[in-house]
Amino acid sequence: MLHGRTIRSTIPCGRIRSINLTSDPAGFTVVDYRSIPGRNVVALIADDQPCLAERVVRHYAEPILLLAHEDRERLITAEVDVQYEPSEPLLDPLRSPNVFKSIAIHKGDLEAGFARADEIVEGEYRVGHQEHVYIETNGVIAVPGDGAVTVYGSLQCPYYVQKALRVMLGLPAERVRVVQAETGGGFGGKEEYPSIVAAHACLLALKSQRPVKLIYDRAEDMVATTKRHPAIIRTRTGVTREGRLTAIDIDVLLDGGAYMTLSPVVLSRGVIHATGPYRCDNVRVNGRVVMTNTPPNGAFRGFGAPQTQFAAEVHMERIAERLGMDPVRLREMNALRAGDTTATGQVLGRDTSALAVLREAVARTDFKRRRREMRGTRRGLGLALFFHGAGFTGSGEVRLASKASLELTERGARILVASADMGQGSRTVHAQIVAETLGVPYEAVEVARVDTASVPDSGPTVASRTTMIVGGLLERCAAEMRRTLGRLTPREYLKRHGPIVITKQYEAPTTAVFDEDTYTGDAYGTYAWACDVAEVEYDPVTYEIRPVHITAVQEIGRALNPMLAAGQIEGGTAQGVGYALLEEVVMRDGHMANAQLTNYAAPTTMDTPRIDVVIQERPYRHGPFGAKGLGELPFDGVAPAIANAVRHLGFDVRALPLTPERIMNAPPVRKPK
Amino acid sequence: MRTPVSTFELIEPRSLPHALALMRDSQPIVPLAGCTDVYVALNAGTPPGTRYLNLLSLDALRGIARRDGVISIGALTTFSEISRSALLARHLPALVMAAREIGAVQIQNRATLGGNVANGSPAGDSLPVLAATDAVVVLRSAAGKRRVPFVAFYTGYRLTVMRPDELVVAVEVPPVDGRQWFRKVGTRAAQTISKVVIAAVRAPRPRIAFGSVAPTVVRARRTEEALASGGTIDDAVAALGAEIAPIDDMRSTAEYRLRVAGNLIRQFWTETA
Amino acid sequence: MRFRLNGKQVDVRAPAMKRLLDVLREDCGLTGTKEGCGEGECGACTVLLDGQAVNSCLVPFGQVRGRSVKTIEGLRGRHPLQDAFITEGGAQCGICTPGMIMAAAALPPNATLDQVRVGLAGNLCRCTGYMGIYRAVKKAQGSGLKAQARTRAKAGTNRTQKAAR
Ligand SMILES: Cc1cc2nc3c(=O)[nH]c(=O)nc-3n(C[C@H](O)[C@H](O)[C@H](O)COP(=O)(O)OP(=O)(O)OC[C@H]3O[C@@H](n4cnc5c(N)ncnc54)[C@H](O)[C@@H]3O)c2cc1C
Ligand code: FES
Ligand code: FES
Repeated sequence: MLHGRTIRSTIPCGRIRSINLTSDPAGFTVVDYRSIPGRNVVALIADDQPCLAERVVRHYAEPILLLAHEDRERLITAEVDVQYEPSEPLLDPLRSPNVFKSIAIHKGDLEAGFARADEIVEGEYRVGHQEHVYIETNGVIAVPGDGAVTVYGSLQCPYYVQKALRVMLGLPAERVRVVQAETGGGFGGKEEYPSIVAAHACLLALKSQRPVKLIYDRAEDMVATTKRHPAIIRTRTGVTREGRLTAIDIDVLLDGGAYMTLSPVVLSRGVIHATGPYRCDNVRVNGRVVMTNTPPNGAFRGFGAPQTQFAAEVHMERIAERLGMDPVRLREMNALRAGDTTATGQVLGRDTSALAVLREAVARTDFKRRRREMRGTRRGLGLALFFHGAGFTGSGEVRLASKASLELTERGARILVASADMGQGSRTVHAQIVAETLGVPYEAVEVARVDTASVPDSGPTVASRTTMIVGGLLERCAAEMRRTLGRLTPREYLKRHGPIVITKQYEAPTTAVFDEDTYTGDAYGTYAWACDVAEVEYDPVTYEIRPVHITAVQEIGRALNPMLAAGQIEGGTAQGVGYALLEEVVMRDGHMANAQLTNYAAPTTMDTPRIDVVIQERPYRHGPFGAKGLGELPFDGVAPAIANAVRHLGFDVRALPLTPERIMNAPPVRKPK
Repeated sequence: MRTPVSTFELIEPRSLPHALALMRDSQPIVPLAGCTDVYVALNAGTPPGTRYLNLLSLDALRGIARRDGVISIGALTTFSEISRSALLARHLPALVMAAREIGAVQIQNRATLGGNVANGSPAGDSLPVLAATDAVVVLRSAAGKRRVPFVAFYTGYRLTVMRPDELVVAVEVPPVDGRQWFRKVGTRAAQTISKVVIAAVRAPRPRIAFGSVAPTVVRARRTEEALASGGTIDDAVAALGAEIAPIDDMRSTAEYRLRVAGNLIRQFWTETA
Repeated sequence: MRFRLNGKQVDVRAPAMKRLLDVLREDCGLTGTKEGCGEGECGACTVLLDGQAVNSCLVPFGQVRGRSVKTIEGLRGRHPLQDAFITEGGAQCGICTPGMIMAAAALPPNATLDQVRVGLAGNLCRCTGYMGIYRAVKKAQGSGLKAQARTRAKAGTNRTQKAAR
């Protein structure tokens, strides 16, 4: 086996003048863009990102050259001299003329809405990058075959990788096999990026005709791979004296980095969630994601919704402050209810739970009384109400047309899906769904290894869709299998009729449509709802905010496995604590200056507060056993809940993370007129 | 791991004299204790050398003892050992507090006091304690032993008066009168590098030292003087501003460090009143 | 070079400055110990060295001569902590788990929640928010004594059986 290494640009923008391997080339496999048999692109949405830079580099750490060697030490000490003609990088998204995608949502009559308002509240909110810090870095092994290749890797979306490899290698699907290895965390960070790692490993493997292992170390992983999109969100809201929202006007700007990756889809989810879970007849959301000469940003748990809902919920708090109104009352008054329409005009169903989660969270934490008691102390209490659409946006699921299969076995059944378990426990939950529907014990259900050679394309493991959508397909497979079996046991059936495999493909449960040109209609099949209450403590000596306790009340349709559901909520909440208080990617001249775990502070045990999880269930008609998506929801509301607790302490902060340096310079929250 | 280590040498000395002879005769050679600094450098691809001397078998560099009121702590003493020491808990509680906040358990089990001192990072958390308590660094070479006052040990950013042939064998702390105080302010609640760290002793002549606010650990003499001469706490904080020189870096800002350092002086003064 | 690995004397040839982490994974075939950072921050590489939790990414192989190393494999899947991590949601993706369990194994018996938090502060987990880990440690403390007594009893029986044969 050879070890692989990626030589990357050390400037954010410019032309490559020359590339020279200055070490003794003996034993090295060297690959540049000219060795790419197919198209030099990382196939995703726009095909704008080269697999290896040709003449120009557009961001720091852009891959230029690949090396492989049997001896890891020779490899790491190999020197490559790259000469550049640097040009002025574009680093400020506000000044970027290069728009990857813009989206506008319009509802009602904005001007009329503002005309009816007694108060207009405006604000700008900013959030920075966030690094995934999956504890296992990116890595794959590529094994060459006869005009074919197999990749084993730490990844979320085997079929994304396969597609990228097909295009880049110019090979048909059956010659590109992708196997998910046990994956040490993903959180979106292994959604699109592994396509690049896999492509590089394959190029080296095909050229050397040897298996190649390409594993990033932490510094490389942090410097080169995708992050959560930084955002600047400007909000203007009209509200009556009593607290009714009459108009909401939001401008969302995301920094996409140098290439498009999944930015348009991140923007889409961001703008759809931008109003927060509130009713308002007159809404405009303008969103755009622009190019800068920084490493491309991409998928990360929440996918645009955390950025916009941070702004929405801090803004709501500011409205309450302006009106001198109880923030709970303001939210109660405006929270979306069944039958209400969202910004895209989607009519909400009976499983709409904004009010229910809000009331539960307020009651559980004795919010109003404790908030009063804390006034003037070093404790602060804040809340955030939020929601998250489950599954792909709009007609995404219809277009994906994912499949799941179920194979009858002697004891029960074998699940064949491409969903990657990376800790969320999807294997367990899928097996539970099948066992329950088929009427066999849980132990009688096996889950096949995720291998494109044997499992159908059930779509990517993203967008909180794995239980709701893929689990739903499996439920249908199992129901049909049960009907097919009739009174026979699996063993009897196999003996009499031979093997069966049942495959189901996604079908839209309703005729509802989403119009992507006007951004109107049913954006998601359904939404999960949540309210977080954060209690924090302030240290006047160091300006530090210590999270003390978070209560997370989350309505998720149905918790198929309460332990795993709680685990998702606790883990997502802890990541949100990091986003809120600690995690700051320091960008200098277009590259991450603190690309070590020493200097990028992810929360340790001592930074993570007690987290109390309260699960509520309002079954979703079309989810398996009523389940909605859950993976991302818990992340969305933590930062605004903490920011609002910090506002309760009297600090007017509108940017993340809430570092002591920011708190120190924060102006005081203005008292109501 | 970005350093090819397979050809690197790790030399096992038979005794302290042997180690000192090697330090004299076979330079360049890098002493290795708990490796918690050196291996971070190796991982990053910035090795401090290719030949290393393993100090861990040198029992002469171990142990915590008190003689005539002076506490002697062997260079190889780990921060876990410091945390557990009843002797230090009684006589040098500030060092115990510092030890408990260095890295986390895995680091404390390996990281040594001698390594923290020799490494000389201005963020070394034990250093303000040693500076505030007027510790003495005991150095040995084949030519003999010398004692350097801790406050004279550092000459610049990660520079010390130590010669290449010398080892830190121990740190000695004379009796400390007065209440000891320590506080570390990092980027998170555990396993963190200090943004500001203070150790202080409340006595008629207070002693105050800071880390992470200058190229080396600093004794805040003028601040001490302001307090000793009966000045107000505001005078002391103003004096501090003139004698520390914090910088902006990726972990914090000069402004924050300066303000927090002042706040820490106030907190020290109130809490030890 | 000789040292004790998971209770057995072993003799392994590897460069003295090679990281213990790499020697375990590459020369001893024990891949349970994970690398998450290589800089001592994440604790995924935690093993016990003479009973103390250390980051094996920061230990030169040469320094384990004559000493005793215990890795996750040394718990042989039968430690009460391992059970409890499964049943209490202490592991999600599992990459931090071996290091976390080794660090937990070095905690004082019946550690309080505060002690557990301090003792595990050198082990990053990005999945669980640590809550499941605390539950697991607590459960293992509860069942630990019983289970250890059981294992001892079983080991005892084995010995007697062997003796009888
Ligand atoms: C994850 C992590 C967290 C950390 N957290 C902290 C923290 O919170 N606070 C803090 O202060 N530090 C921290 N450190 C840094 C480090 O642990 C300390 O500086 C430690 O005290 C170094 O001791 P060591 O024995 O490991 O040194 P080594 O790495 O073995 O050596 C460090 C340097 O000192 C020299 N040296 C060692 N011993 C001697 C001697 N006896 N004589 C002469 N030279 C010698 C070596 O040649 C080398 O240059 C952390 C490190 C890591 C990896
Ligand atoms: S790999 Fe050793 S601490 Fe992270
Ligand atoms: S379980 Fe994934 S990092 Fe802990």
